[in-house]
Amino acid sequence: MTMRAALRAYPTLLRVGLAEAVAYRAEMLVWMLTTTMPLVSLALWHAVAESGPIGRFGPRELTSYFLAGLIVRQVTSSWVVWEMNQEIRTGTLSLRLLRPIHPLLGYSAENLAALPIRGALSLPVALAMLFLGGSEGVSRFLDDPTLVPMLIAALVGAWLITFLLMCAIGALGFFMESSSSVFEVYLGLFFALSGYLFPLEFLAARAPWVMGATRALPFYYQLGFPIELMLGLLDRRAALRGLAIEWAYVAFFYLLATRLWRLGMRRFGAYGA
Amino acid sequence: MRRYLRLFFVQLRTSLTTGMQYRWEFLIDGLMALFWAAMALLPLWVLAGTGREVEGWTHPEMIVVLGWFVVLKGLLDGAVNPSLMAVVEHIRKGTLDFVLLKPADAQFLVSTARFDPWKMVDLPAGGAILVYAFSLLGRAPDAAHIAAALLLLVAASLVLYSLWILVVSAAFFVVRLDNLAFLFMSIYDFARWPVSIFKGAMRLVFTFVIPLAIMTTYPARALLGKLAPAVVAVVFLGAIGFMIVARLVWVRAIGRYTSASS
Repeated sequence: MTMRAALRAYPTLLRVGLAEAVAYRAEMLVWMLTTTMPLVSLALWHAVAESGPIGRFGPRELTSYFLAGLIVRQVTSSWVVWEMNQEIRTGTLSLRLLRPIHPLLGYSAENLAALPIRGALSLPVALAMLFLGGSEGVSRFLDDPTLVPMLIAALVGAWLITFLLMCAIGALGFFMESSSSVFEVYLGLFFALSGYLFPLEFLAARAPWVMGATRALPFYYQLGFPIELMLGLLDRRAALRGLAIEWAYVAFFYLLATRLWRLGMRRFGAYGA
Repeated sequence: MRRYLRLFFVQLRTSLTTGMQYRWEFLIDGLMALFWAAMALLPLWVLAGTGREVEGWTHPEMIVVLGWFVVLKGLLDGAVNPSLMAVVEHIRKGTLDFVLLKPADAQFLVSTARFDPWKMVDLPAGGAILVYAFSLLGRAPDAAHIAAALLLLVAASLVLYSLWILVVSAAFFVVRLDNLAFLFMSIYDFARWPVSIFKGAMRLVFTFVIPLAIMTTYPARALLGKLAPAVVAVVFLGAIGFMIVARLVWVRAIGRYTSASS
């Protein structure tokens, strides 16, 4: 399968994926509503900040932070690990292998195709954020025209890290009974170290070295980094450094996922086939 | 009554023997439960670093609420969730016929059909969190307060169970429901903080409509000795009322069941 043929097929795959996403829109809406964790966290920290801001975060900043978190989580989400797990276990992966396109590309098309709908459904959240966060948000983007491309690069990077990491974990399913407990550990670490439960700066008072470590781990670049970029909490240098680390992680997880996939392919017996 | 009690133990034993087959799963699930309990403590640990009180709740008192949250999650995951997920599957496939044909109450049968004993690791984990909280407070709770808290725990389980029955009753009307279960779980996440951090409409909703306050905040306050006995009684009666409503809805909903081929 040449690269050119894959590129030609990709738009069609996206269209098929989009049609599927539209067909199951109600279900998708319910899935999206299950992302309540940023709101749960917001409730706590908002109540705390009412007696005075925590660091640079007052109640308003916290509202913006967690709503931004909700949006980032929605537009960078992927569910490929469950799909791979199921297909490897039941052997239906064989169907995917028959297609003349790399299965990981196929998965990526399915996941990407859901983005327009997810994006559209998070639009109200974005509007609420702009409304609650005041006009500084808009003017910041107008003042610094490089902010928009950097934010897009950060979001794309965040999605790629999430997707590729999930592919790598999913590919572990070739070697183990079920990779879902590995995934659960990943999820726990993601919750703790990505800025999902609280802005990572809050760790500075409690455990500065953990905060330092989060900058070196991939989780921050999946969520906290795009949020902070969006809210203008990072200066230009920190933003560029963050982007560099983020994309280094994209490359690393790309290599890891494809390598694990190749190794796993050799072991795949397509049960019952 | 005796017959139902015996039936209950038979069902429980079947679940246990099934569960015994997956010893590895027990180990992994158990470790996972501890891991998630630690994760749940994390925000409070960070909060303690700022040294603030939240709406009059001190750090150890908030940990008490979280302890109840974990305990109840254990009940939900281990005793309530598995059975009711199985009913949703029955309704979708039409195999509920086999349950309805049996000479016992259908609600009883479906509610006791499956227990995941391993998922109940959360119960001791939640207990440990409660002990830890009281060691921070530097005192032991009164016997009377413990009794009140346990009474409220029973009420909370009843409310939780009734909410589930209502959700399952909805499955007779809309069929595809497995993700509604997840939705419920994510709403339950709001119960990990004391209800007083919510303002206005949110607090009303979480007290009366989806009574999360009854599930974690009230037992915690009872255990801390901050709840009047009259409130305990009212909550308990309210829970029983709620269960009766759920029962009536179930009876109506099951009338709508149309089996597989129709």
